[in-house]
Amino acid sequence: MLHIVNKSPHGNPALRDCLRFCDRNDVLLLIEDGVYAAIGEHPESLLAVTPNIRVLSEDLNARGLLGRIDSRVTAVDYAGFVQLCCEHHPIQSWF
Amino acid sequence: MSTFALLVLGAPHSTSAEQSAWHFSQALLAAGHRLFRVFFFHDGVQCGNALQLPTAAGTAVPIRWQQLARDHHVDLVVCVASALKRGVVNAEEAERHQLGAGNLAEGFDLSGLGQWIEACILADRVVTFGP
Amino acid sequence: MSTSKQIAIVFRQPPYGSSFAREALDTAMAAAAFDQKVSLVFIGDGVWQLIANQQPQAIGQRSLEKQLATLPLYDVDRLYADAAALSQRGLHTGDLSLPVEVLDSDAIATLLKQQDVVLSF
Repeated sequence: MLHIVNKSPHGNPALRDCLRFCDRNDVLLLIEDGVYAAIGEHPESLLAVTPNIRVLSEDLNARGLLGRIDSRVTAVDYAGFVQLCCEHHPIQSWF
Repeated sequence: MSTFALLVLGAPHSTSAEQSAWHFSQALLAAGHRLFRVFFFHDGVQCGNALQLPTAAGTAVPIRWQQLARDHHVDLVVCVASALKRGVVNAEEAERHQLGAGNLAEGFDLSGLGQWIEACILADRVVTFGP
Repeated sequence: MSTSKQIAIVFRQPPYGSSFAREALDTAMAAAAFDQKVSLVFIGDGVWQLIANQQPQAIGQRSLEKQLATLPLYDVDRLYADAAALSQRGLHTGDLSLPVEVLDSDAIATLLKQQDVVLSF
């Protein structure tokens, strides 16, 4: 399935809660403020659950973060976001 | 080709929900998929409030959804229960409750959760944009 | 509507502090009214919605507990609660206002994957 998280890991439990119900076969897509989880120490805890971490490039770019994401996280644009939704279901949003 | 139904739960500007949903809608339509219905629920009902002016960034929120709906035959539904208590009212409800004029933007329908469930049933993919 | 999909409604928020709990329940009831196969999944702070003896009159709200009690009328009987969420909050099934199946996170993850639609509030 596809999990979409739109909140920063700092100060909001959405990502932490999502990770409890996510497994290796799932895809985790970070959008809006959720993109901050693709930076620094956070990706480790995500990758421990699933290798399939995606981050929305338009939201990364808006925040000046393009080029700062962990190399194991893949940036996708809105077309890629749509494609992920076609390829995986159900789709659950965490906010 | 897939059919999508979108749920929008955030008020415009205060959250990114509407903005993300709109960009997602553009992308799915550009890829040749169908957008059956967008259901505005919780604070998302404010997207259907006609009394919104555009920001410097561009078009007013209800107008860009109207354009999308017109160009691609998308159903825009605002949840009636959520809307009435938040002050988004169509002409009929405004008259019924003696509120003066309604403010539901043209192109949006006021209806119940049944419309959202119908969309979930008919769509291949259902995506929620939360606040 | 002849199609019956598996629809899970996920409850993550506590009651009364926001409208999410009520909106989630209204959505679940609408799905049931349309003869969908509805599962209600209570995780995180969502388990607080299940507490018995809610008295919201003094804060001017309708009882969510009373609305939950009408679920059997809609033939909604697939209710699940996250075991860890309950234990972290010092809750036992005896504290709850209606019967739920308590599942661990792996079981809930499996349940969610089996759905056609997941609506999380």
